[in-house]
Amino acid sequence: MTTITVEASDLTRKYGGRAAVSNVSFSLNKGEVLGFLGPNGAGKSTTMKMLTGNLAPSNGSVKICGIDMIEKPKDAKALIGYLPEQPPLYRELTVDEFLTIAARLHRVSRGHIKKAVDIAKQRCGLTEMGKRLIENLSKGYQQRVGIAQAIIHNPMVVILDEPTVGLDPIQIRDIRALIKELGGEHSVILSTHILPEVEMVCDRVQIIHKGSLVFNGSIDVLKEQRHGNRLLLGLHHPPATESLLAIPGVESVDAVEGGFLRVHHTPGHVPAEALVQAAVSQGWGLFQINPDQTSLEEVFVQLTFQEPAAA
Amino acid sequence: MIINIARKELKGLFSSPMGWVILALLQFVFATFFLMGIDQYFLTMSGAMRPDQRIGVTEFVGSNVFGIASFIMLFAVPLLSMRLISEERRQQTLPFLFSAPLSLTEIVLGKFFGLVTFLTITILLIGSMMFSLNLWADIDTGFVLSNIAGLWLLVASFCALGIYVSSTTQQPVVAAIITFVALFALLLLDHFLAGDPSNTVAYLSLMKHFEPFSRGLVDTRDIAYFVLFIVTFLTLTIRRLDADRLRG
Repeated sequence: MTTITVEASDLTRKYGGRAAVSNVSFSLNKGEVLGFLGPNGAGKSTTMKMLTGNLAPSNGSVKICGIDMIEKPKDAKALIGYLPEQPPLYRELTVDEFLTIAARLHRVSRGHIKKAVDIAKQRCGLTEMGKRLIENLSKGYQQRVGIAQAIIHNPMVVILDEPTVGLDPIQIRDIRALIKELGGEHSVILSTHILPEVEMVCDRVQIIHKGSLVFNGSIDVLKEQRHGNRLLLGLHHPPATESLLAIPGVESVDAVEGGFLRVHHTPGHVPAEALVQAAVSQGWGLFQINPDQTSLEEVFVQLTFQEPAAA
Repeated sequence: MIINIARKELKGLFSSPMGWVILALLQFVFATFFLMGIDQYFLTMSGAMRPDQRIGVTEFVGSNVFGIASFIMLFAVPLLSMRLISEERRQQTLPFLFSAPLSLTEIVLGKFFGLVTFLTITILLIGSMMFSLNLWADIDTGFVLSNIAGLWLLVASFCALGIYVSSTTQQPVVAAIITFVALFALLLLDHFLAGDPSNTVAYLSLMKHFEPFSRGLVDTRDIAYFVLFIVTFLTLTIRRLDADRLRG
């Protein structure tokens, strides 16, 4: 049985007359990792601020595990862990002091505070850093402290705004593993503009553009769009298009720059073997053949540019 | 929860040299005036022959120390209160408090009581200095207690104004200057309007309401004034923070 942890309906936020976010609705089940994608200024952070009660929506409502954020903000906030874009850290404190305060403010019971701090530090790889001043930590470690304060009270929903910014590749890998791990028992919402990251950690993706959702679905749908029914063929002596079209399964052929040919084929029937055989027997000088994937970037660009085209 | 925020504020004050330095400087100034008061007491009293010229040591030293304390606090409180909210705004740490399960009232009250607790330490130190006179003389306990109560209410009012000004800006220094000017004006209001003591505006002067306490008179009207002053500015602070959430 799935339980809905986050339910946003018709979220709208207006600044002056301009709508930064308009009519965003979605729901999230327990254990899911939701990726929030969008170009700069699309309204990702604004949506997250509304979800965490930092900003009052002009219209619409947010429910966390069935508790309304506007009617019972304290109870709803107790279920959320939030890492804003700029990690909120008191630089004059040590990591231990800061996490202890975070635990206390998030209603962790007195006896469990020390344990909660230790677990959060361990999960974020901060065990060695407990006695250091936050001020003196590197950006990456500060980011980890930010994540640690968001998960310290074991919240139902963890909301992370660009959690991997400023980290080195190894730290990014650790944080991604951590997010995946969190996804097991909590619901996670993260925003990012690093596309492969979404593919790696998220179960579901939402693309937001100019304040409204343009895509909302499982990551597999996006992947399918990505793996089109195409092959990229590199030939030294390309034959006439007709001889390629004669091979069963090939539907059309385009020339791509660099001497490559893009072969569109019927779905589910990959003519790779036939193409290679033909290339060898007829001496086309095959040097490369691989499935042609649209990069996630292209899908993203397609989706975010659809709207102006339609309008 | 209010206590937890107050503890956080105190931790912040004491984890930088700022808190300790201000505490030490204040104590140094008050102790100097205390010492000078005692010195002068003997000089003055040896010259005062007639009984009606003589006043008690508590009143003589007390008016000296508490008079200067109310004046020094005028400078000390803006320096301490300036960071309360503006610094959080500047460092963008407010979301940390806003996304914790706390109401705005709890956040503001916690910050207020954190600062007041810090300043209470100073007031208690002044009190203990005064009571140390009891080792040699027989002091007027009621007079000292009324002065302590008055000073505490005055300082709490300063803090309430300071926290409100701090919530309106991102720059701690701006907050400090505005708080200082506002407090200075409020203290000296009755000096400006000295010719017309019944003026309603003069009634707003904080000094006017502190003065009875410093004479040893505890008047509920003055207590009510201070309490209303504090409640007003704390409410304004809460409204200001709520506007953040509403207007973004």
